[in-house]
Formats: sequence, structure tokens, C-alpha cells
Amino acid sequence: MITPQEIKDLIEAGLPGAQARVSGDGHHFEAVVRSAAFAGKSRIQQHQLVYAALGDRMREQIHALSLKTELPSYT
Amino acid sequence: MSVEDRIREQVTGNDIVLYMKGTPQFPQCGFSGKSVQMLKACGAQFKGIDVLADPEIRDGIKRYSNWPTIPQLYIRGEFVGGCDIMTELYEKGELQKLVAGVKN
Repeated sequence: MITPQEIKDLIEAGLPGAQARVSGDGHHFEAVVRSAAFAGKSRIQQHQLVYAALGDRMREQIHALSLKTELPSYT
Repeated sequence: MSVEDRIREQVTGNDIVLYMKGTPQFPQCGFSGKSVQMLKACGAQFKGIDVLADPEIRDGIKRYSNWPTIPQLYIRGEFVGGCDIMTELYEKGELQKLVAGVKN
């Protein structure tokens, strides 16, 4: 079973410079991801960047991941 | 007809389409159920497509939109998002505007 920490690591490895706060009970997860890479991108594109970072390994669990994306506050 | 053509016909042939698990009357997944509730709260007339009843569509739609999850909302042929983005739009009153824009 995947853990919040593993999801955080996958996101931050796949999206250099991103900060991810992930919580969850092993089945349903919530992630808030902050990255400068989101600048100028639509919500859909931002979420697609996170899904791409998560890769195929997460494919089955992704549907139980509630995702929020944010830009860093300094922008 | 390829699955892609089938999907294109579905999303362009109906103003609002929700690819979901189950039907609007009987959603089979929490996220699909929540999406139906939001659309109903906006007074949207929409077509629900049950991907559980059509495995070809279930995979094809994820390639079509490059989006790995169900539900998926389309308005006038354009992919709007999944449950998360719908929720964000709903909370900001933007989903209501998108739906209203279809009515007239």
C-alpha cells in the first residue's frame, strides 16, 4: 500500500523544486502541491504535471488522490 | 469507428457530458457521485456516460484527455477537469457560469 511519504517523494522527485504536503489513510489521499512550474499553466495542465511526476506506479491509486495545486507565494 | 471517434461524437454531440462510474441516478464511486451533485446544484442538463459499462471508453477517455482518472467533465467538447477541478470551479462560482453559458 502506498504511503503519503512515498507520494510526496514521487511528486517532489518528478517536479524539481516542488513542495508537496500529502495526507491520507492508505486509500484516500489529499495532496497540496506548490511549484513555480505551474506558472502560466491552466489548472488541468498543473494537475497533469503532478500526474506525470507520479507516473504509472500510482495509476491505480491516483483516482483516490484529491489534488490542489498552488503557485509559490512570491510570484 | 475508433474509440476516439466515438468519444469525439459523444463530447461534441452533447453540450455537457460527464464520464463517470455508474449513472447519475446510481453513481458507483464517491468522486462520480460528488460530480453529479455539483452539476445538479448548477441546474445542468448533462449526459452521464457510465465507463463501467464500456471498458473501451473507460481506457479511451483517459488517452483522449491525457487524464488518468474518472470522472471527467466535458462542456461543449472541451475537457473541463475531474472531480477536484470541478470542486474548485464550483466553490468559486465558475462552474455555475460554465453551465449557464451553455443554457442560452
